[in-house]
Amino acid sequence: MMYDWLYNLTGSEILAMFIVSLLPLFVFILPFALFAVLMERKVSAHMQDRLGPMRTGYHGILQTIADIIKLLQKEDLVPTATDKILFNLAPLLAFIGSYAAFAAIPFSGFFIGTKIDLGIIFIVGVTGLVVAGILMAGWASNNKYSLLGAMRAAAQIISYEIPTLLIILTIIMLTGTLSLYDLSEMQTAYFWNWLILGGPAVGLQKILLIPFMIMGCLIIYTSTLAEVNRTPFDIPEAESELVSGYHTEYSGMKFAMFFLAEYANMFAVSAIVAIMFFGGYQSPFGYLGNTLGWTWLVPIEQFFWFTSKGLFFVFVQMWLRWTLPRFRVDQLMAFCWKYLIPFSFVILLLVGLIALM
Amino acid sequence: MALKTEEMVLNMGPQHPSTHGVLRLELQIDGEIIIDVIPHIGYLHRCFEKHCEAMTYPQVIPYTDRMDYLASMYNEFGYALAMERLMKIEVPERVEYIRVIMGELQRIASHLVALGTYGADIGAFTPFLFCFRDRERILHLFEITCGARLLYNYIWIGGLSHDLHPDFIRLTKEFIKDFRPNVKELNELLSYNRIFIERTANVGVLPIETAINYGVSGPNLRASGMKWDLRKDDPYSVYHKFDYDIPIGKGEKGKTGDCWDRYYVRVLEMDESLKIIEQAIEQIPDGDVTSAIPKRVKPPEGQIYTRVENPRGELGYFIISDGSINPARVKVRAPSFVTMQVFPELCKGFMVADVVAILGSVDIVLGEIDR
Amino acid sequence: MRDYIYNFWQGLYTILIGMKVTFKHLFVPAVTIQYPSVKPQMPERERNRLYVNMDDCIGCDQCARACPVNCIEIETVKSIPGEDLGTTSNGKKKALWVTTFNIDFAKCCYCQLCVFPCPTECIYMTDVYEFSEFKREDLVFDFVTLLPAERIQKKKNFEEMQAKKEAEKIAAAKKAAAQANKPPEPKQDKPDNKEENI
Repeated sequence: MMYDWLYNLTGSEILAMFIVSLLPLFVFILPFALFAVLMERKVSAHMQDRLGPMRTGYHGILQTIADIIKLLQKEDLVPTATDKILFNLAPLLAFIGSYAAFAAIPFSGFFIGTKIDLGIIFIVGVTGLVVAGILMAGWASNNKYSLLGAMRAAAQIISYEIPTLLIILTIIMLTGTLSLYDLSEMQTAYFWNWLILGGPAVGLQKILLIPFMIMGCLIIYTSTLAEVNRTPFDIPEAESELVSGYHTEYSGMKFAMFFLAEYANMFAVSAIVAIMFFGGYQSPFGYLGNTLGWTWLVPIEQFFWFTSKGLFFVFVQMWLRWTLPRFRVDQLMAFCWKYLIPFSFVILLLVGLIALM
Repeated sequence: MALKTEEMVLNMGPQHPSTHGVLRLELQIDGEIIIDVIPHIGYLHRCFEKHCEAMTYPQVIPYTDRMDYLASMYNEFGYALAMERLMKIEVPERVEYIRVIMGELQRIASHLVALGTYGADIGAFTPFLFCFRDRERILHLFEITCGARLLYNYIWIGGLSHDLHPDFIRLTKEFIKDFRPNVKELNELLSYNRIFIERTANVGVLPIETAINYGVSGPNLRASGMKWDLRKDDPYSVYHKFDYDIPIGKGEKGKTGDCWDRYYVRVLEMDESLKIIEQAIEQIPDGDVTSAIPKRVKPPEGQIYTRVENPRGELGYFIISDGSINPARVKVRAPSFVTMQVFPELCKGFMVADVVAILGSVDIVLGEIDR
Repeated sequence: MRDYIYNFWQGLYTILIGMKVTFKHLFVPAVTIQYPSVKPQMPERERNRLYVNMDDCIGCDQCARACPVNCIEIETVKSIPGEDLGTTSNGKKKALWVTTFNIDFAKCCYCQLCVFPCPTECIYMTDVYEFSEFKREDLVFDFVTLLPAERIQKKKNFEEMQAKKEAEKIAAAKKAAAQANKPPEPKQDKPDNKEENI
């Protein structure tokens, strides 16, 4: 593992831990956020017959860097009527929530922040901090639009955690593990071992599982979409109604924190879907490194597969965002309670029965 | 013991992404439910009517452009028509045809903005840009004809400032050919989208009696189920020569007169406008477009009220002439202004998000409300 | 229950249709142009900044009167006898020195009303659309070809001529008064004040 390797290299537990904990941020989240913002702009532009940013670097690849520099330079504005402490704390909390989730995500067999056994529960729990951050931001801004946005966000995220957790429960029940690493290892070798195609089960059981797994995948994808406030569930920041919801009053780097948190979250939930249903970092057709006998290539390949799966789901999120209108707040709730939750209960029940077979 | 609750007053606008300009709405809300809406208008007031009195008659035309800036051609059309009736000018046939073509193209352009921004209000941004892409082609047609993209000053009293550009007919035909599939695409992307229907059907229902009582006209009235179109009911220009339908709201997805009907009537109207343009292009006669323009516009003493079917409804001009070269009074009956009055009625009991949906569906233009 | 399933199915189906449309558009070439580096071809009738060809301008003030926003400011001075101002391209003889011809493009509404009444077609709209300035005063364009000193000179010439005429007139009047011994008749001589109708 990364930690052991670093421990051997540096000889210091603290240093190794420090590097391991910082790695996802610098190696992954920041570059990813930079890339994802650009990707969002490019995807939306091409879907709308435009070109998007074109002037910074080749086809505008430096656009987000320019944006970040602009945001860094901006005055750190705190409106007079705000609750100063909460106002300053909120973006941090939102960011911490989404960043901490990366600790338990296995980027490859070699590179995991921490290989805790309760990985999935840890992620679900820690992303709850984001709600607190959003609610704090909305309340502290002392702005009616922000408050409305924050209220909506809190209600929405809490409701949508139920179907997410029910599907996670199904998977836990089926596989008997909470560790994301074990979950990924279970789906090794070829793509028919992925849980979306019934996982390592064989025979009739596998065939019976497939429709439920597909349904489960759709449900968890939809509900996590709602948890990260993306269209069609972006009502907390509904641009056309609430201007931009809870981060209306934020500017400069604090706004960038929310932004970063949103994009980090996007990847985190995509990663969860990828790990739970699409084999995590496992390659769909075996590893080149194994065939050639170059074992050092395997983790790199795994990292590649993991990020490509994650990015694919991020792309689908963007695709949906630029296709769909948004729900109204009551319809959003109705959709969760009337469709997603009953469906996930049915899946939980039937998958349980199938697993008993 | 019940908890004490308070109503919140929320100011929407004048700077707000979806109040379509500088409208300010004072919302009284209970949670997210609307109790009352008080629209405050006048942020874009430019004294159009008073200003006209200091202008000569032809000089008013650039100002009419600036009222409903999304349907400038039709504003000029109405004004020119009123002045021609006042001065009893016989307009050449070709002029009438060109006016109809321009007016209908303008109707499509205006509806495209309405539909596109409506999509953006509901949260779908892509249809917005698709609509603007098509509108751009119409604006290009206008640009090659009269040189301006938005504020044309093209339709003059008794004629037109320019004849059609030699390429105009060809480009219009190309546009019509390309535009029909785009409407279908818009329908696939937005109109029949389930989320869109959920957001708009049964929201902001305008019953036909209320619509008539408030004097609502145009697509908003037709969406409520009334077949009332001045092009058919009070024909002007050469509209009687064409074959087209008046689409009305049928309540396909919800109640008749809801936001979806108002939206969809506009989609259907674009198709009817295309039909009119196709026929007009086929039948257009030759002639001189400037022959009937009077050298001095000095109408006889008198007054006139003329109404035309603007993309937003009944646009009326009431002009009083005292026999001089300046109008004594120009009063405009702006369709958006009338629609705005019924707006608070529509909103009550719905949610904040619905206010945006309803406002988008009645399709107001603040330039016309405030004048 | 049937509605419930139907709604769900409809939702899923229409979302997929919408996704198909947007996905198709990923591969449609962009309709926009990269503006400052690529510039659109302006149609020949484009109505942008006004231009005045002063060689042809006879200072008739018709454009200024047609303007609905009064953005054109024209001042003219009569030429003194003996000065040759030349002719316009369509053969009209010029009789006035144009000492001021300002167009304020901050006010101009690009309506083209000034273009049509011009008898020599010397004012027209060009396709220049990039002329933004930092100061509003910089948007007032001066089209007069005379140098500032010349303008003053022309005015002075005219005033001198006027004064001379006046002096002559007074002298003549005095003479007449002395001759006829009755008060002189006031003679009106205001060629500038010709009323023109639109």
